[in-house]
Amino acid sequence: MSGGRHDPIRISFTLNGETTTVEVAPTERLLDLLRYRLGLTGTKEGCAEGECGACTIYLDGLPVDSCLIPAYQVRGRVVETIESLDPEGMAHYHARGTTQCGACTPGVVMTAEWILRHPDRLETHTVRELMAGNLCRCTGYDGIIEGIEGALEDREAE
Amino acid sequence: MLRREGLSKLTGRERYVDDLPLQNFLWGATVRSPAARGRISEIVFGDGVNWSEFVIVDHTDIPGRNAVYLMEYDQPALAPGYVRHVHEPVLLLAHPSREVARRAVREVEVIVDVDPPALDFRTLPSADLIQYGEDNVLKRLSIQKGDVERALAESPIVVDGVYETGAQEHVYLETQGMLAYLDDDVLVIKGSMQCPYYVLKALKTALNRSDEEIRVIQTPTGGGFGGKEEFPSMVALHAGLLALKSRVPVKLIYDRTEDMVATTKRHPSRVWHRTGVDENGRLIAQEIEVVMDGGAYVTLTPVVLSRAIIHAAGPYHCDNVRILGRAMFTNSVPYGAFRGFGNPQAHFAVERHMDVIADRLRMDPVELRRINMIRDGQTTATGQVIADGVDRLGIVDRALALADYERRRREHWIRNSEHRYLRRGIGLATFYHGAGFTGSGEVMLDSRLQVEGLPDGRVQVLCASTEMGQGQITIFTQLAADRLGYDPVDVSIAEPDTHRVPDSGPTVGSRTAMVVGRLVERACDDLRRKVGLEESVPGALVKDAIIAWHSAHPGQRLLGKARYEPPPGIAWDEEHYRGDAYGAFGWAAHVAEVEVDLRTYDVRVLDFVSVQDVGTVLNETLARGQVQGGVAQGISWALLEECVWNDGAMENGQLTNYIIPTSGDLPPIRVEFMEFPYKYGAQGAKGIGELPLVGAAPAVLNAVAAATGRQPTEIPLTPERLMALFGNGHAPGEAP
Repeated sequence: MSGGRHDPIRISFTLNGETTTVEVAPTERLLDLLRYRLGLTGTKEGCAEGECGACTIYLDGLPVDSCLIPAYQVRGRVVETIESLDPEGMAHYHARGTTQCGACTPGVVMTAEWILRHPDRLETHTVRELMAGNLCRCTGYDGIIEGIEGALEDREAE
Repeated sequence: MLRREGLSKLTGRERYVDDLPLQNFLWGATVRSPAARGRISEIVFGDGVNWSEFVIVDHTDIPGRNAVYLMEYDQPALAPGYVRHVHEPVLLLAHPSREVARRAVREVEVIVDVDPPALDFRTLPSADLIQYGEDNVLKRLSIQKGDVERALAESPIVVDGVYETGAQEHVYLETQGMLAYLDDDVLVIKGSMQCPYYVLKALKTALNRSDEEIRVIQTPTGGGFGGKEEFPSMVALHAGLLALKSRVPVKLIYDRTEDMVATTKRHPSRVWHRTGVDENGRLIAQEIEVVMDGGAYVTLTPVVLSRAIIHAAGPYHCDNVRILGRAMFTNSVPYGAFRGFGNPQAHFAVERHMDVIADRLRMDPVELRRINMIRDGQTTATGQVIADGVDRLGIVDRALALADYERRRREHWIRNSEHRYLRRGIGLATFYHGAGFTGSGEVMLDSRLQVEGLPDGRVQVLCASTEMGQGQITIFTQLAADRLGYDPVDVSIAEPDTHRVPDSGPTVGSRTAMVVGRLVERACDDLRRKVGLEESVPGALVKDAIIAWHSAHPGQRLLGKARYEPPPGIAWDEEHYRGDAYGAFGWAAHVAEVEVDLRTYDVRVLDFVSVQDVGTVLNETLARGQVQGGVAQGISWALLEECVWNDGAMENGQLTNYIIPTSGDLPPIRVEFMEFPYKYGAQGAKGIGELPLVGAAPAVLNAVAAATGRQPTEIPLTPERLMALFGNGHAPGEAP
C-alpha cells in the first residue's frame, strides 16, 4: 500500500436530499457504499455488470446502474435512491401486479418513476421499450407495464 | 386482495438476507473444483495472501455425515478428495472483508489428477466413464398400457421423432444467500429458500445436531422457481460450518456468476417418440423414451424423471402406451428442480411431435388434438381415469378464439407468399400438469399446519410454506380470513421458522394453494371447534370466543390444527407405475404467433394467448402474474436461454451472455381462466405455478414450423439452429 493509490478518498455528495460526507476506497462501488455503509438496502444487486438494472438509482436525475459507478465519482453530485420516493405513489403498481418476488422491484420502480417524470420520452418510445433495461424473472413484464400505464392514465385523469 | 407485502417490496423496505443489519461478521466464500472429474492431489495456498486472517473449512471439519442429504447421501457438502463436476465445492473461506475473501478464492489452487469425465448423457458410457452403478444410470422408470408392439405393427402410419431440450438456469433475481450464527448452542440459519425443513434435514445429517440445536428461518426470498428447493441446503451447510468453526456470524452470498455456474439447472433431455396413427389421425400406439441428464449427483432427479414420464404421452387418450425413462449420471453440475419438474421437457416433445404427425397426415394440428384429447371416463398412460368435468375442448376453442387463430392463419398464408424474407406462423399447444406430489408423495410428506387464536382475538397461520414472489402470504391470508369471516388485517402469517412452525411440506410442485391452503381452511375449522363454535358463525363471534377462551385459559396457547388427509379413492401403485398419479390436473392451451426473419433467423413472438384451468382462481392479479411469468420463462427457454459448456464447465455464467428476455423481447401475454373447481383444493383451487410454463416452448416452435415449413426439434431454437434447418437441415428422427 504505497504511493496513495489505495488511500481512501473523502467525498461529499447529496444523498436523498441531504449532504453526505464519507471516505471511500478507490475501487468501492456506489452500490456497496449505499447498501453496506449507508444502510440503504433498497437498492439491490442482481448481476454486478450493468445488465439487470436491480441497482438503478438516479445520478443527477438520470437513472443509472449503481453497480457500475465507482463511489468517488459521485463527489459533488446528486444521488437519489428508492428510499427517496414517496410510498404514496406506489398504489398504481401495487394494484396491477408490478411486484412479485421484489428483487428487481426497486430498480423497476426507479425507472418507472423516471418515465412518469419524463412523459416526453413516450413520444418516441413505448413503455415496453423504455423498461428494457430492467430484467424481471417473475412477471413476464405485463404487470410492470400495466402498472406504469395505469399510473400514466391516472395522472392524465387528475 | 392486494399482495400483502407488495408495498414493502415496491418501496425497497423488504429485507432480504443480504439486507439484514449485521455487525462483526465474516463473509464466506467457496473454493471450487477446476476439473470435471478426478482426485484432488494438492491444494496450494498462494503466497500473496495472509492466510492467518482467514477461517478455512474443509471436509474434515464436517461433524456428521459428509452429505447434502435429501433423497440420497451421494452428494458431499465438501469434496472429500475426489471431485465429480466442475465448480464442486472443495474448501470454504471466511474473512471480514468480502473483497479480500473473494480475491483469496482465486489464490487457492486445487490441483486435480484428472480422470476422463462422462459429459454426454445421450450415449451409453464406456467402461472408464462408469461412476454410478453398473452403467451410470441414476434411475430407470417405465409405464406400460396395452400392447404397444402389436398396436404399432397394426398401425397404418407410424411417425418417429427425436426432441431435445437444453439446460436452463433459474436466474431468480436474488442470488443464493445464507446467514449463520450461534445463539447460545443453537445454530441459527437465515436465508433465501423454498423449503426450511429440507434445509433442516440436511443440516441435521451433516452437522450431527438435533432439531433443537438448529433453527432454520426463511428470509423474504427473491424468486425460486425450483432453484431454491434443494440447493439452499448446500449454502446453509457451508455458512453453518464456517460459523461453527469461527464462532462468529457468517454471511455467504453468491455473486451472479457463482450462482449461474455452480447451482442446479433444468435437466437437459432427449425424448424419442414412435407413434402409430390411423388415416383419420386417431392415436393407436405411443412408444416413448425419455432420457435426461442428471448431472453428477442424484439430487431430485428420480422424481423429475417420474413426473416427466407420467406426463410424456400428453393430454391424449391412447390404448397402447409404453414409456421408458432413464436419467444418466454425468460429470456436469447436478441438475435439479425447476418449475415444471420434468414436465416441460415431456410436453415439448409430445406437443412438437403432434404437429409433426399432423404435417405427415396433411391434417390440421388443431383437429388432430381435438380427435385425441382425453375425455372424461378415459384413462391416462398410468391408467388413471379422468373424470373431473373439465371442458378440455372448450379450453382449446377459447384459446383459438382469443388468438383469432383461423383468420391469422389465412392472413399468414397470403403475407408469407408476398413478403421477401418475413414469415409468420401461429402454433397451438395443449397440455396438463398434475398438482401436488406424485402418487403417495403427499401422504409421505404428512404435512401439518396450525392456526393460532391470539389473546386479542386475531389469528396467526403457522406453516413452513414460503413466500418467494408467488403470493403465498396473500393467498393464505385470504383463505383464513374467508374461512373465519375475518377482516384480513386480523390474520397474520408467521415467519417460517423451524422452531415455531410445523412442517407443512416444501413450497414446490404447485402444491401450496391447493394442498397446504386446504390445511389452512381445516385448521381454521379446528380452531372454531376448539372454542365451541359451529361452522358459519360470523367472524366477530369467533373473535369474541377466542378472547373468552384466553380469559378462561390464561397463559395457554389456542391452536387449531390440521394434518394432510388424502382425498378418497386415490390409489397409486409405485412398483408398476399404475393408478392415480395426482389428485388433480390443471389443463391449458397456449397459442403463439411468431415472425421469423429469414435474413437473420431471428424469431420474434408477436402474440401469446393462454387459457388455463387452475380450478378456482383465488386471486386474479396474482394468478395472472403466475401465468405470464411462467409463459415468459417458457418462451425464453425455447428461444434464448443456452448454457454453453466447455469440458463440463458453464462458460457463459453472466447475464451479458446467458440471455433472459427483457420487456422488449416479449409480447403482451394474454391470459384467461376457465374455472373448474377441485373439490379437495382450497376453495376449489388446483395448482397454478408450473402449468403455464409447460406448454410455452412447443407453442412457440409449432408457430415457427407453421411459419417456415421446417420442423425444428431442438431448443433453444437459436438463430444458428434455425439456420441449420434451412442449410444442412435434418428431419425429426434422423441423426443430425
